[in-house]
Amino acid sequence: MKVVLQHLTKKFPSRNKKGEDVIAVNDFDFEIPDGKLIGLLGPSGCGKSTTLNLISGLEKPTEGKILFGEDDVTALPPENRGVGLVFQNYALYPHMTVRQNILFPLQNLKGKDRPSKEEMEAKALEAARLVQIDKLMERKPGEMSGGQQQRVAIARALVKRPRVLLLDEPLSNLDARLRLQTREEIRRIQRETGITTIFVTHDQEEAMSISDMIVVMKDGVVQQIGKPQDVYDSPVNRFVAEFLGTPPINVFEGEVEGGQLLIGGESVLSVPGAPDGAVYAAVRPEGFQLDEAGAFSCALRQIEVMGRDTSIVFEHPARVSANLRAIIPSEDRPSGSPEHVRFRLKSAKVFLFDHTTQERIPFDAEA
Amino acid sequence: MENRNNRAWLYLLPAIAFLGVFMVYPLFDVLIYSVEEKFNFASQTFTGYGLYNYRYVLRDPYFLQAVKNTFILVIITVPLSTGLALLISLGLNSIKPLRKLYQTVFFLPYVTNTLAVGLVFMILFKKTAYSDGLINLLINAFGGQSVDFIDGPYWAKMLVMCLYTVWVVMPFKILILTSALASVNQDYYNAARVDGTSRWRIFTRITLPMISPMIFYLVITGFIGAFKAYSDEVAIFGTDLNVAGMNTIVGYVYDMLYGNSGGYPSYASAAALILFVIVFTITVINLMISRKNTL
Amino acid sequence: MDYEIVERRARTGERVRKTVTYVLLSIWALIVLFPFYWMLLSSIKSYSAYNAERTPALFTLAPTAENYVTAFTEVPLARYFTNTIIFTLATTGLMLCVIIFAAYAFARLNFRGKNLLFSLFLALMMIPNELVVITNFVTITNWDMRNTFWGLILPSVTSVFYIYLLKENFEQIPDELYKAAKVDGTSDLKYLFKVMLPICRPTVVTVIILKIIECWNSYVWPRLITDDAAYFLVSNGIQELRENGFGRENVPAMMAAVVVVSVPLIVLFLIFRNKIMAGVSRGGTKG
Repeated sequence: MKVVLQHLTKKFPSRNKKGEDVIAVNDFDFEIPDGKLIGLLGPSGCGKSTTLNLISGLEKPTEGKILFGEDDVTALPPENRGVGLVFQNYALYPHMTVRQNILFPLQNLKGKDRPSKEEMEAKALEAARLVQIDKLMERKPGEMSGGQQQRVAIARALVKRPRVLLLDEPLSNLDARLRLQTREEIRRIQRETGITTIFVTHDQEEAMSISDMIVVMKDGVVQQIGKPQDVYDSPVNRFVAEFLGTPPINVFEGEVEGGQLLIGGESVLSVPGAPDGAVYAAVRPEGFQLDEAGAFSCALRQIEVMGRDTSIVFEHPARVSANLRAIIPSEDRPSGSPEHVRFRLKSAKVFLFDHTTQERIPFDAEA
Repeated sequence: MENRNNRAWLYLLPAIAFLGVFMVYPLFDVLIYSVEEKFNFASQTFTGYGLYNYRYVLRDPYFLQAVKNTFILVIITVPLSTGLALLISLGLNSIKPLRKLYQTVFFLPYVTNTLAVGLVFMILFKKTAYSDGLINLLINAFGGQSVDFIDGPYWAKMLVMCLYTVWVVMPFKILILTSALASVNQDYYNAARVDGTSRWRIFTRITLPMISPMIFYLVITGFIGAFKAYSDEVAIFGTDLNVAGMNTIVGYVYDMLYGNSGGYPSYASAAALILFVIVFTITVINLMISRKNTL
Repeated sequence: MDYEIVERRARTGERVRKTVTYVLLSIWALIVLFPFYWMLLSSIKSYSAYNAERTPALFTLAPTAENYVTAFTEVPLARYFTNTIIFTLATTGLMLCVIIFAAYAFARLNFRGKNLLFSLFLALMMIPNELVVITNFVTITNWDMRNTFWGLILPSVTSVFYIYLLKENFEQIPDELYKAAKVDGTSDLKYLFKVMLPICRPTVVTVIILKIIECWNSYVWPRLITDDAAYFLVSNGIQELRENGFGRENVPAMMAAVVVVSVPLIVLFLIFRNKIMAGVSRGGTKG
């Protein structure tokens, strides 16, 4: 089922009477292809949860339309949309067993939609099998681990075969190991069922690792939509560049002069095609290559060996980011601890952003 | 949205209706009653508005007796029961075995009908033609004279009254103080012990300050409760408290209401409002003291 | 060794303290339990044996059930009992309906004036019963409801405090649960009865128990509103017994009646001990 969002806007009345409306989602326009897993990504308060609530029908948009396939569902109440919803805190009914929790949505169906008792049991068991909790059917949520509870929540969302599955920060309450495991699990379940899935997170690594496509949002406005790798390799503005990637991208004050990028007055990279003027120059940590003849010179702070890679923390007078960090393969790491190091910059890993609009300034990468 | 609005009011309707009829309306009504002079319940007539009812009540010897009784009861039972409850709770908190059993036993008076147990108290203290009663026998055993606690001298009656009141209010106080004591972080005690603090110092410098909010709470609710004393008195001295000289302010209000001719709601209202003013004033004073001491 | 002396002294001190504590606690336990023991004891002494004891005996060798028979036959104790049960069940049941819907409206629904109304409700908590009882007495009298169950029940079917308690509990249920139920097509009422109430069962049970205790022991209002013994509750029955008795001063029979009246609540307490104590420390007061 493809999901179409047309100029979706949601305004909330301001808390104090005189203030202006808060625009939680501003003109969201996007078509989610059938059977894909979409990651909605952004810092907290960026409107991603509101977007999810709009799709589920828990909130009504101020403007715009939502279509599931060809059906306009904008005015439909949530129960008639056929969506499954999974929450960060699982939202399982604490007084019911796993079986009762999974059966609950089916028991709400009325009339001819209502399956027989046996059908319900069969469907519940099928959903439980899918998330591999069929052995725990008689437990109460309180007797299970967070990961198991989240599986139950997913089973409950899947049991009535929703047209769209919505996951709201489904992994945030899990510890690091379970998070990794559960996210693969979600990917597997999504592939097996083929249900169009939208998944909200503030964790970019999570979004990038399992999504077919990611949507980066900020202050209610969609910044960029694309395949995870494409967005990472080619951010449209400084916000997206800084938001994606761990460790974060390094940002410097820079200037373009005659096709050369200057950082701290030194020419560090040729950027043919970029107009002259002040810019923000952003370099991914892996965009630094240790080279004694490199154009980029900086003061070494610390070397952190992390096994396969080595991270080099350094200082530079033109720094904008709070920390500067380069990641290089461990075998290349400098011997001893020199006071200064020199890098060569990989032009595919360097982005220029306009000083005022923060938009990307393209240049021709050298071969 | 409008639909939801209506539904909310529908759900609230029973509560609002009941509260309106039985709490809000009476509040205004009682004020009106208290200033309607010479109100006759049977004919529902009155002669005019004024403060006559208040003057009458304040000059009524029965009311003055009731005020005196109530104040004595409050002044004796509130500190006594709070102190005793604190002592017992400290004891309870320092033991392990049998603690649950003691707690259960100590709570029993809370769930018993005060009228019923009051009757037992009366039997224990009463001097009859057949027997002086168990308590008097105990007094005799220690070489004392028998006293009629139920129909005898004022102070003997007041003593029984206070004892029974303390017996009745203790469970609640013990319960609150025990849980307050149990919720003090054990680390404070361990730290003090390591520093070699004496037990008394631990009590005055750590325990008391930590549970002082709860003590103030108990004192305030204790005052309010004791000022409203009535059914415990009835249990021991019978319904005609004026004759026994043991009436309380609340008792006076009810007696005024429960006359054969339909009662005197105006006098009752005036007395109830006077009680309310007393309780309110004392609560405010209590709150001011507690605020000063806890900040 | 010095250490040994210090240690031994500490141990003896500890033992003395423990002993004193236990003795004091036991004395209070005795004071609490003695009236109960005495009513039980007196109730199984025969009328003649009781009156023959100038020095009351602390035990009896000839227990008898005759007083219980007397208590049920010579005064309408069974009627008082039935009345109290009807009154308690009806009041508690009606109150539950009223407070559950009110708490639900405050916790879950948004409507204009909600905060103002709730503040007004809270303000009502400070109004002492003594102040409103006068008008209520007049109201019930004017409605011709004296000596009826409705007259007994109506004024006590709402409790602002319990509404407040339940509303707070309802609000602790995470919003996500409501959203999940909505997406699953659960109606608001079904959500209230199938999800909210089961989750808040401990609070509901506490409220029920506290209300039952309150009803069972209520004396003042029933006394005002009933003078026909056919509508007496147990408290009024006991008082009636005390004043008019069995035609003669029959203490053992009185005590039998007192035992019968006290037992139901004591049994209830022993079953729900933890719930009752937790509930009372959360919101009960005596008086």
